[in-house]
Amino acid sequence: MKSLAELQALRDCTLDKLNLRKDRKEGIRIVVGMATCGIAAGARPVLEALEREVKAQKLDNVMVMQTGCIGMCRLEPIVEVYEPGKEKITYVHMTADKVSKIVSEHIINGRPVAEYSVGTDKAQSVNDTVFYAKQKRVALRNCGVINPENIDEYIAFDGYQALAKALTEMSREDVIQTVKDSGLRGRGGGGFPTGMKWDFTYKAVGDKKYVCCNADEGDPGAFMDRSVLEGDPHAVIEAMAIAGYAVGADQGYIYIRAEYPIAVERLKIAIGQAREYGLLGKDIFGTGFNFDLDIRLGAGAFVCGEETALLTSIEGNRGEPRPRPPFPAVKGLWGKPTLLNNVETYANIAQIILNGADWFASMGTEKSKGTKVFALGGKINNTGLVEIPMGTTLREIIEEIGGGIPNGKKFKAAQTGGPSGGCIPASLIDTPIDYDSLMAIGSMMGSGGLIVMDEDNCMVDIAKFFLEFTVDESCGKCSPCRIGTKRLLEILTKITDGKGTMEDLDKLENLCYAIKSSALCGLGQTAPNPVLSTLRYFRDEYEAHVKDKKCPAHVCKALAQYKINPEKCKGCSLCARQCPVNAISGEIKSPFVIDQDKCIKCGACQSTCKFGAIDKE
Amino acid sequence: MSIATIPFKGTKEQEEKLREVIKKHTGENGAVIPVLHEAQDIYGYLPIEVQKIISEGLNVPLAEIYGIVTFYTQFSLYPKGEYEVSVCLGTACYVKGSGTIIEKIKERLGIDVGQCTADGKFSLNATRCIGACGLAPVMTVNDAVFGQVTPADLDDIFAKYQA
Amino acid sequence: MVNLKINGQEVSVPEGTTILEAARWIGINIPTLCYLKDLNQIGACRMCLVEVKGARALQAACVYPVAEGIEVFTNTEKVRNARRTTLELILSNHERKCLTCIRNRNCELQALADELGIDDIPFDGENIKHEIDNSSTSLVRDNNKCILCRRCIAACDNQEISVISAVNRGFKTEVRAAFEQPMKDVACVFCGQCIVACPVGALYENSHIPRVRAALDNPEKHVVVQTAPAVRAALGEEFGLPIGTPVTGKMAAALRRLGFDKVFDTDTAADLTIMEEGTEFIERFTKQEKLPLITSCSPGWVKFCEHYYPEFIDNLSTAKSPMEMFGAVIKSYYAEKAGIDKKDIFSVAVMPCTSKKYEISREEHSSSGTQDIDASLTTRELARMIKQAGIDFNSLPDEEFDQPFGMATGAGVIFGATGGVMEAAIRTVYEILEGKPLENLNVTPVRGLDGVKEATLKIAGKDVRVAVAHGTKNARIILEKVKAGEHYDFIEIMACPGGCIHGGGQPIVDSKTKATTNVKALRAKALYSEDEASTLRKSHENPYVQKLYEEYFGKPCSHKAHELLHTTYTKRDKF
Repeated sequence: MKSLAELQALRDCTLDKLNLRKDRKEGIRIVVGMATCGIAAGARPVLEALEREVKAQKLDNVMVMQTGCIGMCRLEPIVEVYEPGKEKITYVHMTADKVSKIVSEHIINGRPVAEYSVGTDKAQSVNDTVFYAKQKRVALRNCGVINPENIDEYIAFDGYQALAKALTEMSREDVIQTVKDSGLRGRGGGGFPTGMKWDFTYKAVGDKKYVCCNADEGDPGAFMDRSVLEGDPHAVIEAMAIAGYAVGADQGYIYIRAEYPIAVERLKIAIGQAREYGLLGKDIFGTGFNFDLDIRLGAGAFVCGEETALLTSIEGNRGEPRPRPPFPAVKGLWGKPTLLNNVETYANIAQIILNGADWFASMGTEKSKGTKVFALGGKINNTGLVEIPMGTTLREIIEEIGGGIPNGKKFKAAQTGGPSGGCIPASLIDTPIDYDSLMAIGSMMGSGGLIVMDEDNCMVDIAKFFLEFTVDESCGKCSPCRIGTKRLLEILTKITDGKGTMEDLDKLENLCYAIKSSALCGLGQTAPNPVLSTLRYFRDEYEAHVKDKKCPAHVCKALAQYKINPEKCKGCSLCARQCPVNAISGEIKSPFVIDQDKCIKCGACQSTCKFGAIDKE
Repeated sequence: MSIATIPFKGTKEQEEKLREVIKKHTGENGAVIPVLHEAQDIYGYLPIEVQKIISEGLNVPLAEIYGIVTFYTQFSLYPKGEYEVSVCLGTACYVKGSGTIIEKIKERLGIDVGQCTADGKFSLNATRCIGACGLAPVMTVNDAVFGQVTPADLDDIFAKYQA
Repeated sequence: MVNLKINGQEVSVPEGTTILEAARWIGINIPTLCYLKDLNQIGACRMCLVEVKGARALQAACVYPVAEGIEVFTNTEKVRNARRTTLELILSNHERKCLTCIRNRNCELQALADELGIDDIPFDGENIKHEIDNSSTSLVRDNNKCILCRRCIAACDNQEISVISAVNRGFKTEVRAAFEQPMKDVACVFCGQCIVACPVGALYENSHIPRVRAALDNPEKHVVVQTAPAVRAALGEEFGLPIGTPVTGKMAAALRRLGFDKVFDTDTAADLTIMEEGTEFIERFTKQEKLPLITSCSPGWVKFCEHYYPEFIDNLSTAKSPMEMFGAVIKSYYAEKAGIDKKDIFSVAVMPCTSKKYEISREEHSSSGTQDIDASLTTRELARMIKQAGIDFNSLPDEEFDQPFGMATGAGVIFGATGGVMEAAIRTVYEILEGKPLENLNVTPVRGLDGVKEATLKIAGKDVRVAVAHGTKNARIILEKVKAGEHYDFIEIMACPGGCIHGGGQPIVDSKTKATTNVKALRAKALYSEDEASTLRKSHENPYVQKLYEEYFGKPCSHKAHELLHTTYTKRDKF
């Protein structure tokens, strides 16, 4: 591809060929969500059934495509039907045997099948749901719309126009200034102003520079980057090329965790296609700019999501972070200036270049511009992927977009930032979600994982859970993290085992602050956050564990007491026979009793009881 | 503690493939990790024999390679067995004797937790609570769950898979 | 120059200086543990944290490069708390058995705990129990005491041997050889650089004190001891004397008081080695075959050659090391002359070296019929024996060695420094070939601490190209040059950086002192000064060596000399 004109010609051609043009007169396009969740839910048989049925019915003007993540994970497999001049229809919980009805009723006869669609009583698209209504899909704009394995579709939706514009119409300084003016901040969690980072790397002196993409996404419960890579890999490729131009690099690396095989595969295909079209390689768009990309796989280490650890891993070492300064922008990969940005950060770049900095800055808040992708999970009705403008309040996310807490339970807290973040208690539900507001209340934006917790979650247990993760993932290089997080976990375990003292709470807090200020890298420095945050907002729970030896949420096994309700107990002895330690005794037809000293709190009795006579207190 | 030695059953074809992979990556910066990934694809795991070949081929000290392999959870020093035996060491199972079960299995198979038998048939894991406490002590072999396991049951259980 | 402020005080230092170094300039000692100048600067232990105005987290002074205008604070409440907590954490993860630890009172962790006034360890918790690896002849590794500072790894990497590395991750991290192999099974050359780099008691030598004690206590044993040159240059440090104080006389006196029947000087055998190796060189040089001749007195280097460069085995001099030559001579010539059955002789060597413990166990070194040397003590072990005997070292008078093996020329003394063997050899070889002595006996091109030193000497009308390398990293460099086709006639290689004076058995100097003192240069100076002050400075002038040839060997490289004073080598696997 040697010119913008060529690009545009291909765009026009593809729009027609694949029934993508919005104002087309005829031609139906059907997409099947084929990201990891979709495939796990069984989307492949659905895709195959659709392809077979469309062929069998000789429907030449109907295109069936795979696409990326549509966002409503719990409703997978999802199929969307685009007809000319009409709003799309979203079918959910699809199976292969539902296909023939949809093809015959909707595709051939124009009558959408309401019972299979997301609305159930009326045929609808996801756009009509509250889940989608509040979203503004910028980074995710192509996810769930295009076929990620066909570069032509990306081009049809203005793909690589931004690169062409940057290379042919803008100077390197212009590009950097645009990114600066947009207000884009790192979406991996750090929130560092992206334009500034590009500027540092641009200004750094080096005979070779590198552009890297952090696709290690290690936070448990986060899958934003995976969705972007599975649904729209070219967005990242194009952005990295633009970055390379801006900072003066001709080589890029995408560091992606090996646990994302589909994303890796799609990236490989995308890179191959981009190279074929000359959009990667030498003399791109005839401007003399060279840039190429390689993939480097992670190998199962959360710490490799940390900037310097990631670079050390690419260099072929144990993923152990390095002290900064010197910063990677000055001395990164193999000692050369290196730019490292997160996948989602890159996913915004092309549009910022095309639509301008002001367009991006018009969304969000004053200090946090644009949108953020969140992976909504935990005790929430609408789990899935959402992209919302910065500044949306937590209340809107939980009550509107998320559809509230299931089973009529009360919202207790939302965790952002994963093992590095903190919780937002119910009392702060009106907090706007942006970088600084979250920092102010002791949490952080993080990469986008948002876990919702209700009254049945124990916050001390949650803190312990995160510490277990951190202890397992600590690289072991620096003493405060290697030993400190382990000791933190030991104290937390002591507390949840009912052996904690008030002194332990002070020890816990002091150790947290010490680790925060001493650890070598972000993993260690933020590891105490879940503890500090839960101590701040849920101190009463900690004190209940310590003083009363009780777990208010009835989670911590060691503190739970299983008691047989004599009013309900029929004396059937089923529980006694299940008990692994023979702690239950009684006479048939009389209420049985649990010996608390023998009880090991496994809960087997409660699950066995047919009469709901055993309570956990 | 020494690593249980499983006889290395690498074939000539596998070695050729590995050497090709090494050749392909020679001269590349940071080649060790991509080579380890591909080596593990070829052999299923990364025993000392394979690491030595990589060490020679890429001119990286064996100790360094071993340090890298043990750092990342994706790299395995042991092959996974055809049958993955998991014994639950959650409290309920432990109190009911799963500790003894796991010791007996270790003896029977001649391997430690996390390792695999020489013939590649069985690998052994200890897991946290899998939620079947009413059946304590519990062990699983691949997807099959066995409850209330006593050392005497082990003969029958393993007979199913010995065939 | 960069200007910054430390604790309000203005400092001006060259660019690239770290905060740690800048602070030292103005007399502020920031505590460190993992820092070892030029070897290990990784900011891992987090003891050296300081406040840098404007930075969110505390910064590691040992790696933070100074920048114009920064303001550093080394003693704020935040810094003190962080330091204390970090040290408490490290101590909670350490086997605190100071009273029975080999590094009691010479331990950097102990010193820090004292300096920071630690009076409680509030974070006691789980600690992984490790098995001690004392499988090898020379080194013992006790990971229960390891604080994961990685200094030993840095030392081994600096030797470009790298048989140890960090293994596993997080709390389970350990430093060990690949695949949990014991040290005796990996291609370790026992140079002991890891031991002298270790700040705590996780690494130490395999002690020969018990067997020496047993021999000394046995009235039927005739216990003979020889001491290497590098020992006398450093032994005094164990008794508080300044680094580089030569203590030859006191050392001989102490050995006598310990009960050794004869106190000999390895330097005498060094002169003998020059005779043998010098003759060997002249032979090879004349025939122009098997060149370059490479020295073989460093057992660490020999083992390195056998494992990693077996193609050079034929280039190694067949001459044994001075210690082993001496061992053979004592149990043959000396035994006969003194009328003692060689089975009743217990031959001890005091060496700056841990690889010597390996060398004495090599089966080639029993040409007398029984193991030639029975025990090899390190300088540190000797010091321990002296202290245990209650001998007040510093008040000892200067005594002489016993004859006939107590007199050495200056050439024998300088063996302990890198370039010393080469210089000694040149002094003799030159005179033999030229027929007249060197005008200036100080062959300065081969002196000094450059990793690889080269020179071309004009001897009897021919060019003799020599090279000296110290540290196995530099050994690789020079050997690769030879492989690439560069011509050398004679190469001296020592396994340890600096030569024997920085051997694995020498007194351990803490990192703070090492950062400001050139230990190697000071210890080497002690040897060169002794050489300068000697009347006889050429090996072939040693009257006792001359007598040895007259009475016993005939001439250098004679048949008998080959039997007792020369050896063979074995190719070994790299893994």
